[in-house]
Amino acid sequence: MSIDESLASASNALVYSAMAVYAMALGASAVDLAALGDRVTVRMRKKQQSKAQHPTPRHSAPQHAAAVSALRAGGRSVGVGGAVSTLSSGAAGDPATLVRTSASPQAAPLAEDGAPRKVARIAVALTVLALLLHVAGVLTRGLSARRVPWGNMYEFSVTGTAVVVLVYLAVLVRRDVRWLSTFVLAPVLLSLGLAVAVLYTDSAPLVPALQSYWLIIHVSIAFKSSALFVLAFSTTVLQLVQERREAKRAAGQVLGAGRFMEALPSAADLEKLSYRLIAISFPLWAFTLVAGAIWAEVAWGRYWNWDPKEVWTFIIWVVYAAYLHARATGGWNGRRAAYLSIAGFVCLMVNYGVVNIFFPGNHSYAGIG
Amino acid sequence: MTSVHERHESVPSPPPGLSRPKGLGLLGWLRWSWRQLTSMRTALLLLMLLAVLAVPGSYFPQRRVDQSVVVRYIQDNPRSAPWLDRLYLFDVYNSPWFSAVYLLLFISLVGCVLPRTRVHLANLRQPPPRTPARLAHLPEHRAIEVHASPQDVLDAARAVLGERRYRAASFTDRRSVSLAGQKGDLRESGNLLFHLALVGVVVAVGVGGLWGYRAQVVTTVGEGYVNSTASYDTWDPGTLVDPDALPPFSFVLDQMSVVFEDDPANAQYGTPRDFRAEVTVIDAPGGQPRTEAIRVNEPLRAGGASVYLAGNGYAPVISVRDGNGTLVYDQPTVFFVRDDMYTSTGVVKVPDAATGQVGLQGLFLPTANVDPVQGPISTYPDLGQPELYLTAFTGDLGLDRGAPQNAYELDTSRMRQLNGSDGTPLRIRLALGETVQLPEGLGTVTFDSVDRFAGFTVRHDPARGAALAFSLLAITGLTVSLFVPRRRVWVRASAAAPGAPATAVRAGQVAAEPRERTLLEVGALARSEDHGLGGEADAVFAAVLARLFPPAQASDPNEQDEQDEPGEQNEPSTSSTQSGSDQIPPSGRTLTGRTLTGHALTSPDPMNPRSRSRHEHR
Repeated sequence: MSIDESLASASNALVYSAMAVYAMALGASAVDLAALGDRVTVRMRKKQQSKAQHPTPRHSAPQHAAAVSALRAGGRSVGVGGAVSTLSSGAAGDPATLVRTSASPQAAPLAEDGAPRKVARIAVALTVLALLLHVAGVLTRGLSARRVPWGNMYEFSVTGTAVVVLVYLAVLVRRDVRWLSTFVLAPVLLSLGLAVAVLYTDSAPLVPALQSYWLIIHVSIAFKSSALFVLAFSTTVLQLVQERREAKRAAGQVLGAGRFMEALPSAADLEKLSYRLIAISFPLWAFTLVAGAIWAEVAWGRYWNWDPKEVWTFIIWVVYAAYLHARATGGWNGRRAAYLSIAGFVCLMVNYGVVNIFFPGNHSYAGIG
Repeated sequence: MTSVHERHESVPSPPPGLSRPKGLGLLGWLRWSWRQLTSMRTALLLLMLLAVLAVPGSYFPQRRVDQSVVVRYIQDNPRSAPWLDRLYLFDVYNSPWFSAVYLLLFISLVGCVLPRTRVHLANLRQPPPRTPARLAHLPEHRAIEVHASPQDVLDAARAVLGERRYRAASFTDRRSVSLAGQKGDLRESGNLLFHLALVGVVVAVGVGGLWGYRAQVVTTVGEGYVNSTASYDTWDPGTLVDPDALPPFSFVLDQMSVVFEDDPANAQYGTPRDFRAEVTVIDAPGGQPRTEAIRVNEPLRAGGASVYLAGNGYAPVISVRDGNGTLVYDQPTVFFVRDDMYTSTGVVKVPDAATGQVGLQGLFLPTANVDPVQGPISTYPDLGQPELYLTAFTGDLGLDRGAPQNAYELDTSRMRQLNGSDGTPLRIRLALGETVQLPEGLGTVTFDSVDRFAGFTVRHDPARGAALAFSLLAITGLTVSLFVPRRRVWVRASAAAPGAPATAVRAGQVAAEPRERTLLEVGALARSEDHGLGGEADAVFAAVLARLFPPAQASDPNEQDEQDEPGEQNEPSTSSTQSGSDQIPPSGRTLTGRTLTGHALTSPDPMNPRSRSRHEHR
């Protein structure tokens, strides 16, 4: 039952150093994004100039290069969007024409003009380093009390932000979303700041209400799901901003500040990304809800009792359900669905920040009396 | 979910507000209303409404969560509370308006899902739809000419679609043979399962409410408990519960142990660390007793019911002698906990005193301290300096009038408060073992010892398991409906137009015996959110080619170059591709893929003029 004080203080030191490294990573990300935005703007200007001289080329050189490399990598059966290539049809040795038409876009083109993004690499390296420190901080915190490190608000925040960064890096392994890092690291740093400044609690054993393996299951799934919702919120906000810019540009208006937005994918691509993140998160949230209900049955004898926390978890689920339905409804997709996704995130924050502190209920972790 | 309401698109329902049934009569109106109710738009609005209406219940105290908090709220807000109550804001989740929304939502859901289930079941038995005339108009399209007969191509395609778990059907028309494949019907099945399972969850919750019961009981250490309505302190049965048929288990509370944070330097000083009730259970009269421990997250399961440790506190043993010295009261008396430090309140009712009925009420403090502002409070929840602070009443306790009375409250309406020798209300302060004399010869009060009590919640919910099973089914269905792609793939083999330039270009090469030339086309269509459709089309295309031309000759071109270095058969094409791509500038000649493909298929000469020119370059 005792607390290992040296581990607890080590945890605090690790969390602080992680914050410092996150801050550096955030700086690097911002610099990279700004540079990327500049480069794209310059390239677009060039393009417009050449457009004035020549008829519009529909396929850029990089795409043709991609066609060749794809052909080489995939053997003879692969072409690339809209390109025509010849290749041997094998046995007879005769060439034939391969035609490939694809409506699905290739990976978001971004600003990949081949120039290396050194600063972005530094940012990723720093993020990984910060996450290692962060995770070490979470682990030592847990070890100091010999339990899972999510027994109070401070620990939720510290562990939750670690999961957000972890999920971001996991997405990064699959596709280049380094443009997103600024919009992930900033809220993470903000939450960590809040956690250490406002929510900090000394490491201590769990109150009896939380002594259950359901704490591990229920809360860890809630973390993953929330992390995905956080990322989806970032991409949704960017989507709305991008949509405005696209509309302005289409109307021939002068675009103001925010050149870095040029480096980001189109509004349509951002929308798709948000959808995919939410689609993964939504069943996880449903599982959080059910696991919470099972735990409630074990702890309080009622699997559903409209406790404020249950209510808000339910509200979040319903709002994201509405989002998914909206995307399938005419007139509700795109921007209006995006507002629902933002509403869902706001509810998530209410559930996290407001309900825990201001609405008394069974989730207030004051023990039982 | 994306596909949830596809059906609404197939049912030709007019958008609301645009067309209104005119002169359709009652039936027409009903049909129109039903269509509106089951439309996606309505479901969406109801969903959002449900979310919004659920909010006030988290702000205002709810009777079903804690009755006493509601009572206190009404006392504190005498002006607004009656209005809030009239609007059901203390019973949000039983209120007519909340019920109306979720009932409408579920009617809408059922009205949507049942017809869809019928359609889906019918669809499962139907072959995939006929191959479209122009595959090039599909979102994904691949085409290549091969030296193989259309039948060989079709056979290869059939094997490939089978391997990839497509339901396939072949079609023949004037110019071509084709195969239609459909996959991912599971997505719709999952979607329907999800929605039907949600209905199951709601039904299970309803069944649990009708046939389940919930009761609370307070037991002091050493006391027994038998599961019957007579033993409960509160009893909250569902409408259809038979109170005489409760499972006949019983238990005795042997020990109630508690552990608190005892390090005064810790910020969490006094926070509970462990609660544990040791009980001896007998499942049925005459059964074998077994000992169990009930902890906060470890309920006792007995006789189909569950017993939860819901609370604990102190039951000071108080004895009262009347003015004649007769022992008229001697028992552990439950004092309910009011704060985290176990400042507790309770009452003692002594009806049998010959010298006049006596009522005592006041505080029990496990670790007593007198705060200059708050008065006597407890500063630590465990027994440090246990003390009783009581006031005394005499008169009519009201127990003889037969009306049910709360055992834990003193009705002082017919009683008179006792005063001390100085004329102010008597304040009794008793430390452990102390005795105090009551004025007016009413007798003595002694604080003998301290016992503990445990509060248990007994709960029976026959549909608990069903609710869980339906929830898990719903999540399974949901996951399937979100991640299984629903696709159609068509493979067509048609005779290539004669005199195609490809052979002509290769005239210089070793001419194999003239073989049939066939145009192989693959088209793919997504019927749901599908990010992998292009990859799937590529994979089907590649697999068909790999079957037609076995992989020995069809491996990676780079490898091939190394393997049959002298045989130039493959090399030129590879290099030509590369040079072609590199050399052809992105000029105005470039067409979009779509037109190019359309061109290749619709022109009598399937070969594109541009590709011919590229061949001729060589």
